Amino acid sequence: MHRFANPARFLRLAKVILPYSSGIAVVSLGLGLWFALLGSPADYQQGETVRIMYVHVPAAWMGLFCYVAMAVFSAMALIWKHPLADLLAKATAPVGAAFTFLCLVTGSLWGKPMWGTWWVWDARLTSMLILLFLYLGYMALVNAFDDPERGHKAAAILALVGVVNVPIIKWSVDWWNTLHQPASVVKMGGPAIDASMMVPLLLMALGFKAYWVTVLILRGRAEIAAQKIRVIRMAQIHAASRGE
Amino acid sequence: MDSLSGILHMGGYAGFVWPAYGISILVLVAVLAASLLTARHAEADLDVLQRNRRARRGGDSETPE
Amino acid sequence: MTRKQRRLYFVLLGLATLGVAVALVLTAISDSLVYFYSPTDIVTQRLPEGRRMRVGGLVEAESLKKDGKTVTFKVTDVTNAIPVSYTGMLPDLFREGQGVVVEGRMEKDGVFQASEVLAKHDENYMPKEVADALKKSGQWNDGKQTHPSQPQ
Repeated sequence: MHRFANPARFLRLAKVILPYSSGIAVVSLGLGLWFALLGSPADYQQGETVRIMYVHVPAAWMGLFCYVAMAVFSAMALIWKHPLADLLAKATAPVGAAFTFLCLVTGSLWGKPMWGTWWVWDARLTSMLILLFLYLGYMALVNAFDDPERGHKAAAILALVGVVNVPIIKWSVDWWNTLHQPASVVKMGGPAIDASMMVPLLLMALGFKAYWVTVLILRGRAEIAAQKIRVIRMAQIHAASRGE
Repeated sequence: MDSLSGILHMGGYAGFVWPAYGISILVLVAVLAASLLTARHAEADLDVLQRNRRARRGGDSETPE
Repeated sequence: MTRKQRRLYFVLLGLATLGVAVALVLTAISDSLVYFYSPTDIVTQRLPEGRRMRVGGLVEAESLKKDGKTVTFKVTDVTNAIPVSYTGMLPDLFREGQGVVVEGRMEKDGVFQASEVLAKHDENYMPKEVADALKKSGQWNDGKQTHPSQPQ
């Protein structure tokens, strides 16, 4: 695992991956948008509002996925003191927060015409809102200390504690009565979504995943550069205090 | 859903479908742009620092930061 | 045991403890996490009249009657059904055979006076043509489904 711990190795790998991840993101999001808005039929019950689902559902998946990734990076940082893991956890948080926010907003825009309300405090919606707060808390905590090491550690513990919320979100619709509908794509007996609607859904999901990889590489590069700058500045201060 | 106005109309749900897509594109582009700019700035700053350090080590004239 | 192993076990133990604690709490407060009761809950548990609550189920086929701005219908979970009366705007997904959650009070006459009606969507997504084809070929599986009362 420590083979990838080296920042230089990460930067080399990132350079190879970046053109592919950004290319896949552009192509699948472009195609996905075309299918989502034009190339797919209206739903027999929801009409055209079904198109909101093509953003809402992949955004929800990414909100959960990014959180799990953040928790895994945090665990690697706490347990193995993996030098890159903290930086990658920190780089994932804003992406996950953005997708969770979009999931809530698009869901609300669907809920108003279909359910008849922008928001209800059922188990699914409430646990998803808590996920957004966990992201925001993580981002506030990681920057709250003068010493970045302490910020990373405190935020990593928060990320690990918050991971209990992930299974609650996933199964809230099965454990309790909720206004939110149960899972359609990942369920026993196969998906309950027609193939013509599955195409834009999966394209958008792939595009979002590639977008995450792209942003993770960019933010990882920024974090590594910032860390090197800190090291050089520290060395300069030391040199200056020795009277050079 | 053939004509442009039909697409814009979204079966009467234009006020919900289009804002959903608009805000999604806005947020994702903003996060990407912010990440790209931060990475460029940080790497440019690092570049300047490293070049200065090398210059100093080489014993050349001291460039101010 | 190395320090790394010790940290690993510490994290795993911490997560396990947290998981058990959260599971216990959620089980304990499970009743308040439920967004709505079923008509059977209302009938069998004899929930007090006049208390504000939510009831969820399907809008019973051919039970929907409109009288000016007031609508009456029955909410059913197949076993039991509860008559509901409501005045106001209905959400677009509201129709016979579809899921619904109503919020309001049970009156003495046994009619549930709803102050809010929310439509509940199921997990099926398909184009109209596919739904029609399924109905025509008799593969429409839940049987409770009726023709939409409102045109799409």
